[in-house]
Amino acid sequence: MNPAVLSQHMSQRYLRRKITHWIMMGVLALASGLALIPLLSLSAYVLTQGIPGLGINFFTHLPQPIGETGGGMANSILGTLTLVVLASLIGVPWGIGTGLYLSEYPPGRLSTAVRFSADLLASIPSIIIGLFVYTLIVIPMRRFSLIAGGVALGIIMIPTLARSTEELLRRVPVHVREAGLALGLPRWKVILRIVLLGNARAISTGIILSIARVAGETAPLLFTSFNNQYWQRGLGQPSSSLPVQIYTYAISPYEDWHQQAWTGALILVLLVFTMNILTRILLSPRGSSS
Amino acid sequence: MSNFRLRKRARREIHLGDLVFSYFLRALSFGLALLLAVIGFFLFRGAFASISRYGWSFVTESVWDPVQEVFGSAPVLYGTLVSSLIAVSIAAPLSVAIALFLNEVVPPKIGKTIGFLVEMLAAIPSVVYGLWGIFVLAPWLRTRIEPILAQDLGWIPIFSGPYYGVGMLAAGLILSIMIIPTVFSISREIFKTIPTAQREAALALGATRWEMMKISILGSSKSGIGGAIILGLGRALGETMAVTMVIGNRAEISASLLAPAQTMASVIANEYAEATSDIHLSALIEIGFLLFVVTFIINAFARLFILRETKS
Repeated sequence: MNPAVLSQHMSQRYLRRKITHWIMMGVLALASGLALIPLLSLSAYVLTQGIPGLGINFFTHLPQPIGETGGGMANSILGTLTLVVLASLIGVPWGIGTGLYLSEYPPGRLSTAVRFSADLLASIPSIIIGLFVYTLIVIPMRRFSLIAGGVALGIIMIPTLARSTEELLRRVPVHVREAGLALGLPRWKVILRIVLLGNARAISTGIILSIARVAGETAPLLFTSFNNQYWQRGLGQPSSSLPVQIYTYAISPYEDWHQQAWTGALILVLLVFTMNILTRILLSPRGSSS
Repeated sequence: MSNFRLRKRARREIHLGDLVFSYFLRALSFGLALLLAVIGFFLFRGAFASISRYGWSFVTESVWDPVQEVFGSAPVLYGTLVSSLIAVSIAAPLSVAIALFLNEVVPPKIGKTIGFLVEMLAAIPSVVYGLWGIFVLAPWLRTRIEPILAQDLGWIPIFSGPYYGVGMLAAGLILSIMIIPTVFSISREIFKTIPTAQREAALALGATRWEMMKISILGSSKSGIGGAIILGLGRALGETMAVTMVIGNRAEISASLLAPAQTMASVIANEYAEATSDIHLSALIEIGFLLFVVTFIINAFARLFILRETKS
């Protein structure tokens, strides 16, 4: 093959490789754009469909019977708040306690088992947790209750919170702990006062994220806290919650209820997004240096 | 008090506080480790009536009729498998492509912003996806997409028969949207661990940027991506609300993706309220137990994959 033909051959091949490169760049860009379409469509619909129903009544009124317009989701919002508080009472101490054990005590067979278990537990579908609490609490009590819903959400909080606490505390330098111990403080005080409270900001982001996650959970609540068209009457009684109410309204045949479902979804999404963005701000380098 | 006794007392006090605290944390951790086993046990106990009555026919029979107390979960298992496979086959290539694009092509700042947006997809509650699915996705499929599929590709069994908007296809699509953030963020983490030198090596040999991605990035993170995809699959299998709202809820095996179907999670969410007989309830709990076992195995498997990747 003479040199001219060879170089032509080479440049042709180079051209082909260049073209492949550009085509693939296009494909990658297209894929990224494609993934954003559902997010944009969903946000657009939640906003445009949800805003018209937004008003003071939505936050202060009970649901109206079928056929009557108006009414709100006041009881569902209160229900969700109650559930989140109950869940935090269980999930926060248990999750953070486990996280402390994993990060502050020497690794062993228990911590390996706990880590593995936490990771698997976090990926068990939430409906399974609901079913578990149903057999654990609802069947013996013979009724749906806020307590059962709170326990289900609390269990869902534990593994993620344990792992995030561990991750965050691992970044705390050892000399911080040594400084405390050198002052003669007992270890438990060093862990609680210096390691935990000294990083309260980072820890609180973990808590907020886990709350954001359970606040939108629906499946485990279906057969634990169930639903209720009136105000809740105690922790041992069923109660409405925002996600379950959205579900109930969404699958109903009534136009008016669909409207309410969109407004409920707007509130829920705003709640969850705010918490997510809040954690980003708390964790940003500028935020933590102050 | 002698010096010796003072020292002894002080030491004992410190040890006591530490001892109590460490045992308290140990108990919490032990409780967490035990929780999985406890959940498995309670589900098994709840499912026992159904297991002992139907045995293997529970998973092999294909008639699910609560009224006659006949429970064969084959259609439900089929629906779970097919909807999740649709989801994974759409989401896996997309997620890996996004991860590549954001990590290797665009400037870091833009990559970070878009990555944040994609991860926000994971923060949206499942019930909101379901709402969007019922009122936006399903009508769009029914009026725009499915008529074309049925008309032009109707001779293929998977696109045959009547269409309703809601059905297997809608469920698969919504699941794919929901698992993209999972597969994406793990893939991106894996790509980030690949040393720059490995990229530079390929470029120095004259590779184009795409060839570099193929050789240095994709080539060396195969098993990690595999793990990420399996984790996505695990999430798709157990996803409940969005699927329940768009799958049409009919426990029948149909070759057509346009037909309504049922998944393990959706049958539980759908029928728990009307489960009046004990055996129906027990059958639903058995479905839950099976789902628990399947997701347990899949996730344990995926974690081993990813662990192997990050270690090497």
